Amino acid sequence: MSEQVQHAGHDHPEPGFFLKYCWSTDHKMIAMQYLFTGMAMAMIGGFLAYVFRMQQGFPNHYVPGFGLVTPGRYNEVVTMHGTIMIFWVAMPVLIAAFGNYLIPLMIGCDDMAFPRINRLSYQIFLLSAIVLLGSFLVKGGAFGGAWTAYPPLSASGAYNLTPIGATLWLLAVALEFVAFLLGGINFTVTVMNSRAPGMKMFDIPILIWMIVLATVIFMASAGPLIAGAVMLLFDQTMATGFYDPVRGGDPLLWQHLFWFFGHPEVYVVLLPAMGIVAEIIAVFARKKLFGYKSMLYSTWGVGILSFVVWAHHQFVAGIDPRMANVFTVTTLLISIPVAELVFLYIATLYGGSIRLDTPMLWALGFLAEFLIGGVTGIFLGSSGTDIYLHDTYFLIAHFHYTFVPIAIISVFAGITFWYPKMFGRMMNETLGKIHFWGTVIPFNVIFIPLFMTGMAGDQRRIYSYAQFAEQSRPALQHLRTTSTIGLLVMLSFQLIFIFNFFWSMRNGKRAEANPWRSTTLEWTVPSPPPHGNFAELPTVYRGPYEYGLPGRADDYWPQNAPN
Amino acid sequence: MSATAKPIANTRSVTGIPTARLITWWVIASEIVIFGGLLAAYLMHRLGHPEWAASASHTNTWAGAFNTFVLLTSSLCAVLAHKAADALDGPRAARLLRLTALGGVIFLTVKGFEWTTDIREGFVISSGGFWSYYYTLAGLHGLHVLAGAVIMLIVASDAAKNRELQRVECIGLYWHFVDIVWIFLFPLLYIAR
Repeated sequence: MSEQVQHAGHDHPEPGFFLKYCWSTDHKMIAMQYLFTGMAMAMIGGFLAYVFRMQQGFPNHYVPGFGLVTPGRYNEVVTMHGTIMIFWVAMPVLIAAFGNYLIPLMIGCDDMAFPRINRLSYQIFLLSAIVLLGSFLVKGGAFGGAWTAYPPLSASGAYNLTPIGATLWLLAVALEFVAFLLGGINFTVTVMNSRAPGMKMFDIPILIWMIVLATVIFMASAGPLIAGAVMLLFDQTMATGFYDPVRGGDPLLWQHLFWFFGHPEVYVVLLPAMGIVAEIIAVFARKKLFGYKSMLYSTWGVGILSFVVWAHHQFVAGIDPRMANVFTVTTLLISIPVAELVFLYIATLYGGSIRLDTPMLWALGFLAEFLIGGVTGIFLGSSGTDIYLHDTYFLIAHFHYTFVPIAIISVFAGITFWYPKMFGRMMNETLGKIHFWGTVIPFNVIFIPLFMTGMAGDQRRIYSYAQFAEQSRPALQHLRTTSTIGLLVMLSFQLIFIFNFFWSMRNGKRAEANPWRSTTLEWTVPSPPPHGNFAELPTVYRGPYEYGLPGRADDYWPQNAPN
Repeated sequence: MSATAKPIANTRSVTGIPTARLITWWVIASEIVIFGGLLAAYLMHRLGHPEWAASASHTNTWAGAFNTFVLLTSSLCAVLAHKAADALDGPRAARLLRLTALGGVIFLTVKGFEWTTDIREGFVISSGGFWSYYYTLAGLHGLHVLAGAVIMLIVASDAAKNRELQRVECIGLYWHFVDIVWIFLFPLLYIAR
């Protein structure tokens, strides 16, 4: 009762522009800040992909909008593409934007437990993005030592030729980690302590579970890399001897610290994507999610196993072959719970009354494409085949068959699904479907040829094959060019999305509170939700996936409906 | 909502653990892996480089031991402050917290003298593997002592007016964590030969 009394005190005059858009502690506004920053960074990352694919497709030609790609510029562009897409697109959009927007709404409370920490988290994140982009402008240019920043290349400006860029890169990554630690701790505490009355552990929507598990995995794995980043920073600026063999250090140490974070990081971004897809599949199959608890236990299994697979990135780095065997086994083991998750989604679809609206298309697209990513991972996770495929375009193609579904496809699924809630309007379905097919088909055109060039031996991070006699293989050039053309088509179809996104904000059909007829709490409030979210804070009576119930007038049963 | 009004999310406690204490534990957990990663890297390298023992013999074990004593004593004050806060005696909690912060200041002062001596003798952060780890580990820990002492003084100024007494326990928890990290660092950097 006291909760409702306090809640009434939330009425307040409308704040000014700065307070509303830049200094807000409202979780929905912070989510929008993360979403728009992430989308802007995605455009920059996409542009960088365009630059180096043009160089691969049409070597040593003038790239429109960029110029001639010299070897040094090529290194910068591939490094920054990887860094931006993982740390400044996947992380902020999947975890920070969707987490911020949906956690308080889906667990039935008015905000995060610590709104000012939340605001600080975004501000540090924004600073990190500015530092990263600023590094393009410094002397020597942005960091060119690959997104994994292996020393000794990254430890010395004399090797990577981008001394200031390398240090700024490290600072930006460290700042970004601080931002996500602050945000992640806030997420976890909020979900643990601030749920609506009646919402027990197994009544929490799967997406919220996945986001919390992802942040816990992030918290547990980021620490060693933060320590490692400090050490690399000292190696660069104070001539310490942590990683450089010349100064008595060990370059393998960085690889261990980086991948002890880097592999769990894959699951940090995978889990929220899986969660988004789970929510959408249940709604559009009009069926209870198959095996809610099995899904959770599988996810916990993924989380635990993700900490013991990291050395599969180092099979050719000179680690003990017996150790490589151990990591091969753990790597293949982790595919079991991940496959279990996919099977549970397929079981949910089975016998459902499926509606193929745009969000559902994206969700199904995720399953299909991620499957290819998972299956090709088996070859890279086995040390025998990895020795051949390591650092080839096969790896690039495998990686993108996991990360594009995660960071692009599931994000489009999430945006098209929650857009009515976020902006109070429906997106255009026709444009949405054109955009879906215009993204997914070219995506395969980009990466299937790269599987082939990789198996034929194309090494990654080579700016021009023609310069190296043993790498040249002119017979593969048509595959490289096909891939580039695929990218051009895919990028141009994104214009349709951008148009649809902004056009629908003003001209879309007005969205009612619950346009998809869903059960979870965020759909019980008006679209867009008012400040403080719930006029009366909800009580939860049942799990989140009560669909297709016989004997009820509606085919869905909201979590907060008493009967 | 104005900056001071707390959202309802902040006042709920589904787990039964107060939200402030819960977030403190999560902060500590995320810090444990930072120090854990650094310490694990140091241990692996120390085992692989027996010759680092010669460098380690230059560290001032007595200064380290004195600092250990100072930090442990200051933690006692933090516990007494928590007890006072539980008894709703804010001013007494504030006095004890300031005493705890004083322990942190003494610790850092001793550290300053120690490092000055080390540097005068020519042992700087780039003097070799052991010294790189020595300055990085102790430096990172020193920053935590400094941050803890500053936050403690802020909490104390609130507690003196009987405000936000739940924070006394939280900063105490953090201080014990900083203390425990030192309990690992002292033998590994000063005593191990």
